[in-house]
Amino acid sequence: MLGVSLDQYGFLVQGAFWTVVLSLMGFVGGTIVGLPVALARISRGWFLCRASSLYVQFVQGIPLPVIMFVVYFGVSIYGFDVNALVAAAIAMTLYSSAYLGEIWKGCIQAVPKTQWEAGECLALTNLQRFIYIILPQALRIAVPPTVGFLVQIVKNTSYSVVIGFFDLTYSAKILNNATFKPFVIFTAAALIYFAICFPLSRYARRFELRLHRRNA
Amino acid sequence: MTVISMNSVHTPAAPQDGVQPMVSFRDVRKSFGALEVLKGIDLDVMPGQVAALIGRSGSGKSTALRCINGLEKINGGELTVCGRNLRARDFELRELRKEVGIVFQSYNLFPHLTVEQNVTLAPRKVNGLDAAESRALAAEVLEQVGLSDKASSYPEQLSGGQQQRVAIARSLAMRPKLMLFDEVTSALDPELTGEVLRVIGKLAAGGMTMVLVTHEMAFARQVADLVVYMHQGRVWEAGKGTMLDDPQTVELRQFVGSGL
Ligand SMILES: Nc1ncnc2c1ncn2[C@@H]1O[C@H](COP(=O)(O)OP(=O)(O)OP(=O)(O)O)[C@@H](O)[C@H]1O
Ligand SMILES: [Mg+2]
Repeated sequence: MLGVSLDQYGFLVQGAFWTVVLSLMGFVGGTIVGLPVALARISRGWFLCRASSLYVQFVQGIPLPVIMFVVYFGVSIYGFDVNALVAAAIAMTLYSSAYLGEIWKGCIQAVPKTQWEAGECLALTNLQRFIYIILPQALRIAVPPTVGFLVQIVKNTSYSVVIGFFDLTYSAKILNNATFKPFVIFTAAALIYFAICFPLSRYARRFELRLHRRNA
Repeated sequence: MTVISMNSVHTPAAPQDGVQPMVSFRDVRKSFGALEVLKGIDLDVMPGQVAALIGRSGSGKSTALRCINGLEKINGGELTVCGRNLRARDFELRELRKEVGIVFQSYNLFPHLTVEQNVTLAPRKVNGLDAAESRALAAEVLEQVGLSDKASSYPEQLSGGQQQRVAIARSLAMRPKLMLFDEVTSALDPELTGEVLRVIGKLAAGGMTMVLVTHEMAFARQVADLVVYMHQGRVWEAGKGTMLDDPQTVELRQFVGSGL
Protein backbone atom coordinates (compact mmCIF):
# COMPACT_ATOMS: atom_id res chain seq x y z
CA MET A 1 0.00 0.00 0.00
CA LEU A 2 1.50 3.30 -1.14
CA GLY A 3 4.89 1.62 -1.48
CA VAL A 4 4.89 0.36 2.09
CA SER A 5 4.24 -3.32 2.77
CA LEU A 6 1.69 -4.68 5.22
CA ASP A 7 4.52 -6.10 7.32
CA GLN A 8 5.97 -2.65 7.56
CA TYR A 9 2.65 -1.23 8.77
CA GLY A 10 2.63 -4.06 11.28
CA PHE A 11 5.99 -2.76 12.49
CA LEU A 12 4.36 0.62 13.14
CA VAL A 13 1.55 -1.03 15.08
CA GLN A 14 4.16 -2.76 17.22
CA GLY A 15 5.67 0.63 17.97
CA ALA A 16 2.18 1.93 18.79
CA PHE A 17 1.77 -0.93 21.28
CA TRP A 18 4.84 0.25 23.20
CA THR A 19 3.58 3.82 23.06
CA VAL A 20 0.42 2.68 24.81
CA VAL A 21 2.42 0.63 27.33
CA LEU A 22 4.66 3.57 28.16
CA SER A 23 1.63 5.90 28.40
CA LEU A 24 -0.08 3.60 30.86
CA MET A 25 3.08 3.25 32.94
CA GLY A 26 3.47 7.01 32.96
CA PHE A 27 -0.14 7.49 33.99
CA VAL A 28 -0.13 4.86 36.73
CA GLY A 29 3.21 6.08 38.06
CA GLY A 30 2.02 9.66 37.76
CA THR A 31 -1.08 8.81 39.77
CA ILE A 32 0.83 7.03 42.51
CA VAL A 33 3.23 9.95 42.93
CA GLY A 34 0.85 12.74 41.88
CA LEU A 35 -1.88 12.06 44.44
CA PRO A 36 0.42 12.54 47.44
CA VAL A 37 1.82 15.61 45.70
CA ALA A 38 -1.70 17.06 45.39
CA LEU A 39 -2.39 16.31 49.06
CA ALA A 40 0.91 17.83 50.13
CA ARG A 41 0.14 20.96 48.07
CA ILE A 42 -3.09 21.59 50.01
CA SER A 43 -1.72 20.51 53.38
CA ARG A 44 -1.42 23.08 56.12
CA GLY A 45 2.03 21.82 57.03
CA TRP A 46 4.59 24.38 55.96
CA PHE A 47 7.27 21.88 55.01
CA LEU A 48 5.04 19.55 52.97
CA CYS A 49 3.51 22.46 51.15
CA ARG A 50 6.85 24.06 50.25
CA ALA A 51 8.58 20.80 49.35
CA SER A 52 5.80 19.66 47.03
CA SER A 53 5.55 23.07 45.43
CA LEU A 54 9.29 23.02 44.79
CA TYR A 55 9.04 19.55 43.28
CA VAL A 56 6.29 20.64 40.90
CA GLN A 57 8.11 23.79 39.81
CA PHE A 58 11.34 21.90 39.38
CA VAL A 59 9.89 19.17 37.17
CA GLN A 60 7.74 21.59 35.19
CA GLY A 61 10.79 23.73 34.56
CA ILE A 62 12.73 21.00 32.76
CA PRO A 63 11.96 19.90 29.18
CA LEU A 64 10.80 16.30 29.05
CA PRO A 65 13.61 15.10 26.70
CA VAL A 66 16.14 16.40 29.22
CA ILE A 67 14.38 14.49 32.01
CA MET A 68 14.63 11.40 29.79
CA PHE A 69 18.40 11.91 29.31
CA VAL A 70 18.99 12.59 32.98
CA VAL A 71 17.17 9.45 34.08
CA TYR A 72 18.67 7.27 31.35
CA PHE A 73 22.30 8.31 31.66
CA GLY A 74 22.15 9.49 35.25
CA VAL A 75 21.01 6.15 36.56
CA SER A 76 23.49 4.10 34.53
CA ILE A 77 26.39 6.15 35.93
CA TYR A 78 25.65 4.65 39.32
CA GLY A 79 26.20 1.20 37.89
CA PHE A 80 22.58 0.30 37.24
CA ASP A 81 22.01 -0.92 33.76
CA VAL A 82 18.62 0.58 32.96
CA ASN A 83 16.90 -0.35 29.79
CA ALA A 84 15.16 2.35 27.83
CA LEU A 85 11.66 1.30 28.94
CA VAL A 86 12.45 1.63 32.65
CA ALA A 87 14.17 4.98 32.14
CA ALA A 88 11.33 6.28 29.96
CA ALA A 89 8.72 5.08 32.48
CA ILE A 90 10.52 6.82 35.35
CA ALA A 91 10.83 10.01 33.33
CA MET A 92 7.14 9.90 32.35
CA THR A 93 6.22 9.29 36.00
CA LEU A 94 8.17 12.34 37.13
CA TYR A 95 6.68 14.45 34.38
CA SER A 96 3.05 13.41 34.80
CA SER A 97 3.12 13.40 38.62
CA ALA A 98 4.05 17.09 38.62
CA TYR A 99 1.22 18.03 36.28
CA LEU A 100 -1.38 15.63 37.72
CA GLY A 101 -0.52 16.82 41.24
CA GLU A 102 -1.20 20.38 40.18
CA ILE A 103 -4.42 19.47 38.33
CA TRP A 104 -5.77 17.49 41.28
CA LYS A 105 -4.83 20.16 43.76
CA GLY A 106 -7.06 22.50 41.78
CA CYS A 107 -9.89 19.96 41.75
CA ILE A 108 -9.77 19.51 45.52
CA GLN A 109 -9.78 23.26 46.00
CA ALA A 110 -12.70 23.59 43.60
CA VAL A 111 -14.95 21.89 46.16
CA PRO A 112 -16.50 24.80 48.12
CA LYS A 113 -15.03 25.56 51.54
CA THR A 114 -18.55 25.40 52.96
CA GLN A 115 -18.48 21.63 52.35
CA TRP A 116 -15.48 21.29 54.70
CA GLU A 117 -17.30 23.49 57.18
CA ALA A 118 -20.53 21.47 57.01
CA GLY A 119 -18.55 18.32 57.78
CA GLU A 120 -16.68 20.03 60.59
CA CYS A 121 -19.93 21.11 62.23
CA LEU A 122 -21.09 17.48 62.21
CA ALA A 123 -18.04 16.48 64.27
CA LEU A 124 -16.39 14.56 61.42
CA THR A 125 -12.59 14.36 61.62
CA ASN A 126 -10.34 15.91 58.97
CA LEU A 127 -9.71 12.56 57.36
CA GLN A 128 -13.40 11.61 57.37
CA ARG A 129 -14.33 14.92 55.81
CA PHE A 130 -11.74 14.44 53.08
CA ILE A 131 -12.69 10.85 52.28
CA TYR A 132 -16.49 11.04 52.44
CA ILE A 133 -17.22 14.62 51.43
CA ILE A 134 -14.40 16.27 49.51
CA LEU A 135 -12.80 13.42 47.56
CA PRO A 136 -15.97 12.13 45.83
CA GLN A 137 -16.78 15.63 44.64
CA ALA A 138 -13.19 16.35 43.59
CA LEU A 139 -13.03 13.11 41.60
CA ARG A 140 -16.01 14.12 39.51
CA ILE A 141 -14.44 17.48 38.80
CA ALA A 142 -11.11 15.79 38.00
CA VAL A 143 -12.26 13.45 35.25
CA PRO A 144 -12.19 15.85 32.27
CA PRO A 145 -8.81 17.49 32.95
CA THR A 146 -7.26 14.13 33.86
CA VAL A 147 -8.40 12.44 30.67
CA GLY A 148 -7.31 15.55 28.80
CA PHE A 149 -3.86 15.24 30.31
CA LEU A 150 -3.76 11.58 29.31
CA VAL A 151 -3.68 12.86 25.72
CA GLN A 152 -0.60 14.92 26.59
CA ILE A 153 1.01 11.84 28.10
CA VAL A 154 0.40 9.78 24.96
CA LYS A 155 1.86 12.46 22.71
CA ASN A 156 4.81 13.20 24.97
CA THR A 157 5.92 9.57 25.18
CA SER A 158 7.33 10.28 21.70
CA TYR A 159 10.20 12.14 23.40
CA SER A 160 11.48 8.76 24.54
CA VAL A 161 12.89 8.52 21.04
CA VAL A 162 15.85 10.53 22.36
CA ILE A 163 16.96 7.63 24.54
CA GLY A 164 16.23 5.06 21.84
CA PHE A 165 13.03 3.64 23.29
CA PHE A 166 11.13 1.68 20.67
CA ASP A 167 7.74 3.38 20.43
CA LEU A 168 5.54 4.56 17.56
CA THR A 169 7.77 7.51 16.70
CA TYR A 170 10.92 5.38 16.85
CA SER A 171 9.45 2.64 14.68
CA ALA A 172 8.42 5.25 12.12
CA LYS A 173 11.95 6.63 12.10
CA ILE A 174 13.47 3.20 11.48
CA LEU A 175 10.93 2.45 8.79
CA ASN A 176 11.66 5.73 7.07
CA ASN A 177 15.38 4.93 6.97
CA ALA A 178 14.54 1.64 5.27
CA THR A 179 11.93 2.83 2.77
CA PHE A 180 12.62 6.53 2.17
CA LYS A 181 8.88 7.22 2.16
CA PRO A 182 8.74 9.83 4.93
CA PHE A 183 5.42 11.36 3.94
CA VAL A 184 3.50 8.08 3.88
CA ILE A 185 5.12 6.70 7.00
CA PHE A 186 4.88 9.74 9.21
CA THR A 187 1.32 10.35 8.05
CA ALA A 188 0.50 6.77 9.06
CA ALA A 189 2.17 7.38 12.46
CA ALA A 190 0.22 10.61 12.85
CA LEU A 191 -3.05 8.81 12.14
CA ILE A 192 -2.27 6.16 14.73
CA TYR A 193 -1.49 8.81 17.38
CA PHE A 194 -4.74 10.51 16.45
CA ALA A 195 -6.66 7.24 16.70
CA ILE A 196 -5.36 6.78 20.26
CA CYS A 197 -5.92 10.36 21.41
CA PHE A 198 -9.17 11.31 19.71
CA PRO A 199 -11.47 9.00 21.72
CA LEU A 200 -9.86 10.32 24.90
CA SER A 201 -10.44 13.97 24.06
CA ARG A 202 -13.96 13.15 22.92
CA TYR A 203 -14.69 11.43 26.21
CA ALA A 204 -13.22 14.29 28.23
CA ARG A 205 -15.35 16.83 26.38
CA ARG A 206 -18.56 14.83 26.72
CA PHE A 207 -18.02 14.26 30.42
CA GLU A 208 -17.33 17.96 30.92
CA LEU A 209 -20.52 18.94 29.11
CA ARG A 210 -22.46 16.52 31.26
CA LEU A 211 -21.01 18.02 34.42
CA HIS A 212 -21.88 21.53 33.27
CA ARG A 213 -25.42 20.51 32.48
CA ARG A 214 -25.80 18.94 35.92
CA ASN A 215 -24.48 22.05 37.60
CA ALA A 216 -26.60 24.39 35.49
CA MET B 1 -20.30 58.56 69.41
CA THR B 2 -23.38 57.61 71.34
CA VAL B 3 -23.05 57.10 75.04
CA ILE B 4 -23.40 53.40 74.88
CA SER B 5 -23.44 52.54 78.54
CA MET B 6 -26.32 54.94 79.04
CA ASN B 7 -28.32 53.87 76.04
CA SER B 8 -27.97 50.15 76.08
CA VAL B 9 -30.57 48.35 78.09
CA HIS B 10 -29.08 45.02 78.88
CA THR B 11 -30.89 42.34 80.78
CA PRO B 12 -29.38 38.86 80.64
CA ALA B 13 -31.86 36.25 81.78
CA ALA B 14 -31.22 35.66 85.44
CA PRO B 15 -30.00 32.09 85.95
CA GLN B 16 -32.59 30.09 87.85
CA ASP B 17 -31.10 28.45 90.89
CA GLY B 18 -29.33 25.21 90.14
CA VAL B 19 -29.87 25.29 86.40
CA GLN B 20 -26.80 26.14 84.36
CA PRO B 21 -27.24 28.14 81.17
CA MET B 22 -26.77 26.18 77.93
CA VAL B 23 -24.92 29.12 76.43
CA SER B 24 -23.21 31.78 78.45
CA PHE B 25 -21.33 34.76 77.00
CA ARG B 26 -19.32 36.86 79.47
CA ASP B 27 -17.73 39.97 77.99
CA VAL B 28 -16.93 38.01 74.82
CA ARG B 29 -14.71 39.80 72.31
CA LYS B 30 -13.85 38.85 68.79
CA SER B 31 -11.70 40.66 66.22
CA PHE B 32 -10.85 40.02 62.61
CA GLY B 33 -7.46 41.64 62.32
CA ALA B 34 -7.85 45.23 63.47
CA LEU B 35 -11.65 45.10 63.20
CA GLU B 36 -13.33 44.38 66.52
CA VAL B 37 -16.63 42.73 65.63
CA LEU B 38 -17.82 41.63 69.07
CA LYS B 39 -17.10 44.27 71.70
CA GLY B 40 -17.99 42.49 74.91
CA ILE B 41 -21.09 40.33 74.59
CA ASP B 42 -23.01 39.16 77.66
CA LEU B 43 -25.80 36.70 77.08
CA ASP B 44 -27.33 33.65 78.76
CA VAL B 45 -29.53 31.08 77.07
CA MET B 46 -31.14 28.63 79.49
CA PRO B 47 -32.00 25.02 78.59
CA GLY B 48 -35.21 24.91 76.57
CA GLN B 49 -35.03 28.60 75.71
CA VAL B 50 -35.18 30.05 72.23
CA ALA B 51 -33.03 33.14 71.70
CA ALA B 52 -33.40 35.23 68.55
CA LEU B 53 -30.54 37.49 67.51
CA ILE B 54 -31.70 40.44 65.47
CA GLY B 55 -29.95 43.53 64.21
CA ARG B 56 -28.62 45.32 61.19
CA SER B 57 -26.25 43.79 58.70
CA GLY B 58 -22.71 43.76 60.06
CA SER B 59 -23.75 44.04 63.70
CA GLY B 60 -22.01 40.73 64.51
CA LYS B 61 -24.95 38.31 64.72
CA SER B 62 -23.38 35.58 62.57
CA THR B 63 -20.03 36.00 64.27
CA ALA B 64 -21.61 35.58 67.71
CA LEU B 65 -23.45 32.48 66.51
CA ARG B 66 -20.32 30.98 64.95
CA CYS B 67 -18.40 31.51 68.18
CA ILE B 68 -20.92 29.29 69.98
CA ASN B 69 -19.83 26.16 68.12
CA GLY B 70 -16.21 27.18 67.80
CA LEU B 71 -16.21 28.11 64.12
CA GLU B 72 -14.71 31.40 65.25
CA LYS B 73 -12.27 31.60 68.15
CA ILE B 74 -12.98 34.32 70.67
CA ASN B 75 -10.22 36.76 71.63
CA GLY B 76 -11.47 37.72 75.06
CA GLY B 77 -14.00 36.98 77.77
CA GLU B 78 -15.57 33.67 78.69
CA LEU B 79 -17.83 31.50 76.58
CA THR B 80 -19.44 28.40 78.04
CA VAL B 81 -21.57 26.10 75.88
CA CYS B 82 -23.23 22.91 77.15
CA GLY B 83 -21.09 23.19 80.25
CA ARG B 84 -17.83 23.41 78.31
CA ASN B 85 -15.60 26.42 78.62
CA LEU B 86 -14.39 27.08 75.08
CA ARG B 87 -11.14 28.59 76.30
CA ALA B 88 -10.34 25.84 78.77
CA ARG B 89 -7.08 23.97 78.30
CA ASP B 90 -8.80 20.60 77.99
CA PHE B 91 -11.58 21.87 75.72
CA GLU B 92 -12.45 19.33 73.00
CA LEU B 93 -13.91 21.00 69.94
CA ARG B 94 -15.22 17.77 68.38
CA GLU B 95 -17.04 16.83 71.59
CA LEU B 96 -18.80 20.19 71.50
CA ARG B 97 -19.73 19.71 67.84
CA LYS B 98 -21.48 16.45 68.73
CA GLU B 99 -23.82 18.42 71.00
CA VAL B 100 -24.38 21.56 68.96
CA GLY B 101 -26.09 21.52 65.56
CA ILE B 102 -25.88 24.43 63.14
CA VAL B 103 -27.85 25.23 59.99
CA PHE B 104 -26.68 27.84 57.51
CA GLN B 105 -28.43 30.11 55.06
CA SER B 106 -26.95 28.17 52.14
CA TYR B 107 -27.96 24.64 53.31
CA ASN B 108 -24.50 23.19 52.48
CA LEU B 109 -25.87 19.72 51.80
CA PHE B 110 -23.51 17.14 50.33
CA PRO B 111 -24.49 17.11 46.63
CA HIS B 112 -23.06 13.65 45.87
CA LEU B 113 -25.10 11.93 48.57
CA THR B 114 -28.81 11.13 48.78
CA VAL B 115 -30.96 12.77 51.42
CA GLU B 116 -30.71 9.69 53.60
CA GLN B 117 -26.93 9.49 53.18
CA ASN B 118 -26.65 13.21 53.99
CA VAL B 119 -28.55 12.62 57.20
CA THR B 120 -26.76 9.46 58.30
CA LEU B 121 -23.13 10.19 57.34
CA ALA B 122 -22.15 11.75 60.66
CA PRO B 123 -24.19 9.38 62.88
CA ARG B 124 -22.49 6.41 61.19
CA LYS B 125 -18.95 7.79 61.11
CA VAL B 126 -18.96 9.73 64.37
CA ASN B 127 -21.38 7.78 66.57
CA GLY B 128 -20.81 4.38 64.98
CA LEU B 129 -24.43 3.57 64.09
CA ASP B 130 -24.89 0.48 61.92
CA ALA B 131 -26.95 0.34 58.72
CA ALA B 132 -30.24 -0.61 60.37
CA GLU B 133 -29.91 1.94 63.17
CA SER B 134 -29.01 4.75 60.81
CA ARG B 135 -31.89 3.89 58.48
CA ALA B 136 -34.33 4.09 61.38
CA LEU B 137 -32.76 7.34 62.52
CA ALA B 138 -33.06 8.84 59.02
CA ALA B 139 -36.72 7.82 58.87
CA GLU B 140 -37.33 9.46 62.23
CA VAL B 141 -35.67 12.83 61.55
CA LEU B 142 -37.00 13.07 57.98
CA GLU B 143 -40.47 12.50 59.38
CA GLN B 144 -39.83 15.36 61.82
CA VAL B 145 -39.17 17.74 58.93
CA GLY B 146 -41.92 16.29 56.76
CA LEU B 147 -39.72 14.73 54.08
CA SER B 148 -40.21 11.01 54.62
CA ASP B 149 -40.78 10.48 50.90
CA LYS B 150 -37.50 12.12 49.81
CA ALA B 151 -34.99 9.77 51.44
CA SER B 152 -33.55 8.55 48.15
CA SER B 153 -33.58 11.92 46.32
CA TYR B 154 -30.46 13.95 45.67
CA PRO B 155 -30.29 17.53 46.99
CA GLU B 156 -30.40 19.04 43.48
CA GLN B 157 -33.81 17.41 42.95
CA LEU B 158 -35.32 19.31 45.88
CA SER B 159 -36.66 22.84 46.29
CA GLY B 160 -34.74 25.29 48.47
CA GLY B 161 -37.22 24.86 51.30
CA GLN B 162 -36.89 21.09 51.14
CA GLN B 163 -33.09 21.28 51.06
CA GLN B 164 -33.10 23.50 54.12
CA ARG B 165 -35.35 21.03 55.94
CA VAL B 166 -32.93 18.22 55.04
CA ALA B 167 -30.13 20.34 56.51
CA ILE B 168 -32.16 20.64 59.72
CA ALA B 169 -32.77 16.88 59.73
CA ARG B 170 -29.06 16.26 59.21
CA SER B 171 -28.30 18.29 62.34
CA LEU B 172 -31.08 16.65 64.33
CA ALA B 173 -29.69 13.21 63.50
CA MET B 174 -26.76 13.96 65.81
CA ARG B 175 -29.29 14.43 68.63
CA PRO B 176 -27.95 17.87 69.58
CA LYS B 177 -28.65 19.58 72.87
CA LEU B 178 -28.52 22.95 71.18
CA MET B 179 -29.40 24.11 67.68
CA LEU B 180 -28.05 27.21 65.93
CA PHE B 181 -29.73 28.74 62.88
CA ASP B 182 -28.15 31.51 60.81
CA GLU B 183 -30.76 33.23 58.64
CA VAL B 184 -31.96 29.89 57.39
CA THR B 185 -34.82 31.37 55.37
CA SER B 186 -32.99 34.31 53.80
CA ALA B 187 -32.08 32.47 50.60
CA LEU B 188 -35.62 31.17 50.10
CA ASP B 189 -38.49 32.46 48.01
CA PRO B 190 -41.14 33.96 50.32
CA GLU B 191 -43.58 31.12 49.65
CA LEU B 192 -41.01 28.59 50.89
CA THR B 193 -40.04 30.28 54.15
CA GLY B 194 -43.22 29.16 55.90
CA GLU B 195 -42.47 25.43 55.68
CA VAL B 196 -39.01 25.92 57.18
CA LEU B 197 -40.20 28.25 59.95
CA ARG B 198 -42.93 25.75 60.85
CA VAL B 199 -40.29 23.05 61.35
CA ILE B 200 -38.25 25.35 63.58
CA GLY B 201 -41.37 26.37 65.48
CA LYS B 202 -42.20 22.73 66.10
CA LEU B 203 -38.69 22.10 67.41
CA ALA B 204 -39.03 25.07 69.76
CA ALA B 205 -42.35 23.78 71.02
CA GLY B 206 -40.70 20.41 71.62
CA GLY B 207 -38.29 22.01 74.05
CA MET B 208 -35.15 22.28 71.90
CA THR B 209 -32.73 24.96 73.04
CA MET B 210 -32.00 27.23 70.09
CA VAL B 211 -30.18 30.37 69.10
CA LEU B 212 -31.33 31.77 65.81
CA VAL B 213 -30.30 34.74 63.75
CA THR B 214 -33.29 35.95 61.81
CA HIS B 215 -34.76 38.82 59.86
CA GLU B 216 -38.26 37.45 60.34
CA MET B 217 -39.49 39.80 63.07
CA ALA B 218 -42.94 38.26 63.39
CA PHE B 219 -41.37 34.83 63.79
CA ALA B 220 -38.83 36.05 66.37
CA ARG B 221 -41.59 37.68 68.39
CA GLN B 222 -43.68 34.53 68.25
CA VAL B 223 -41.20 31.74 69.09
CA ALA B 224 -38.39 33.47 70.98
CA ASP B 225 -38.28 33.53 74.77
CA LEU B 226 -35.45 35.99 74.47
CA VAL B 227 -35.01 38.56 71.72
CA VAL B 228 -31.52 40.03 71.50
CA TYR B 229 -31.00 43.20 69.51
CA MET B 230 -27.37 43.53 68.50
CA HIS B 231 -25.86 46.80 67.38
CA GLN B 232 -22.24 47.53 66.51
CA GLY B 233 -20.91 44.40 68.15
CA ARG B 234 -22.85 44.80 71.39
CA VAL B 235 -26.05 43.48 72.91
CA TRP B 236 -27.98 46.73 72.71
CA GLU B 237 -31.31 45.52 74.08
CA ALA B 238 -32.51 42.14 75.21
CA GLY B 239 -35.80 40.92 76.55
CA LYS B 240 -39.07 39.21 75.71
CA GLY B 241 -40.67 39.53 72.28
CA THR B 242 -42.84 42.35 73.59
CA MET B 243 -39.65 44.44 73.79
CA LEU B 244 -40.13 45.09 70.09
CA ASP B 245 -43.41 46.89 70.77
CA ASP B 246 -41.76 49.28 73.20
CA PRO B 247 -38.09 49.82 72.28
CA GLN B 248 -36.00 51.55 74.94
CA THR B 249 -33.31 52.75 72.58
CA VAL B 250 -33.40 54.99 69.51
CA GLU B 251 -31.47 52.37 67.52
CA LEU B 252 -33.95 49.55 68.12
CA ARG B 253 -36.88 51.89 67.49
CA GLN B 254 -35.37 52.82 64.13
CA PHE B 255 -34.57 49.19 63.38
CA VAL B 256 -38.10 48.03 64.14
CA GLY B 257 -39.51 51.00 62.24
CA SER B 258 -37.44 50.26 59.17
CA GLY B 259 -39.40 47.02 58.85
CA LEU B 260 -36.22 44.99 58.55
N1 LIG C 1 -14.01 35.96 58.36
C1 LIG C 1 -14.08 37.30 58.45
N2 LIG C 1 -12.99 38.05 58.19
C2 LIG C 1 -13.02 39.40 58.28
N3 LIG C 1 -14.11 40.10 58.63
C3 LIG C 1 -15.24 39.42 58.90
C4 LIG C 1 -15.28 37.98 58.82
N4 LIG C 1 -16.54 37.58 59.14
C5 LIG C 1 -17.24 38.70 59.39
N5 LIG C 1 -16.47 39.80 59.26
C6 LIG C 1 -16.90 41.20 59.51
O1 LIG C 1 -17.47 41.24 60.78
C7 LIG C 1 -18.58 42.13 60.82
C8 LIG C 1 -19.78 41.40 61.37
O2 LIG C 1 -20.14 40.34 60.50
P1 LIG C 1 -21.33 39.35 60.77
O3 LIG C 1 -21.35 38.41 59.64
O4 LIG C 1 -21.19 38.79 62.13
O5 LIG C 1 -22.58 40.32 60.71
P2 LIG C 1 -24.13 39.95 60.69
O6 LIG C 1 -24.73 40.69 61.81
O7 LIG C 1 -24.30 38.49 60.66
O8 LIG C 1 -24.59 40.61 59.33
P3 LIG C 1 -25.63 40.06 58.23
O9 LIG C 1 -26.98 40.43 58.70
O10 LIG C 1 -25.23 40.81 57.00
O11 LIG C 1 -25.41 38.58 58.10
C9 LIG C 1 -18.77 42.62 59.40
O12 LIG C 1 -18.18 43.90 59.30
C10 LIG C 1 -18.00 41.64 58.57
O13 LIG C 1 -17.49 42.25 57.44
MG1 LIG D 1 -24.93 37.09 59.15
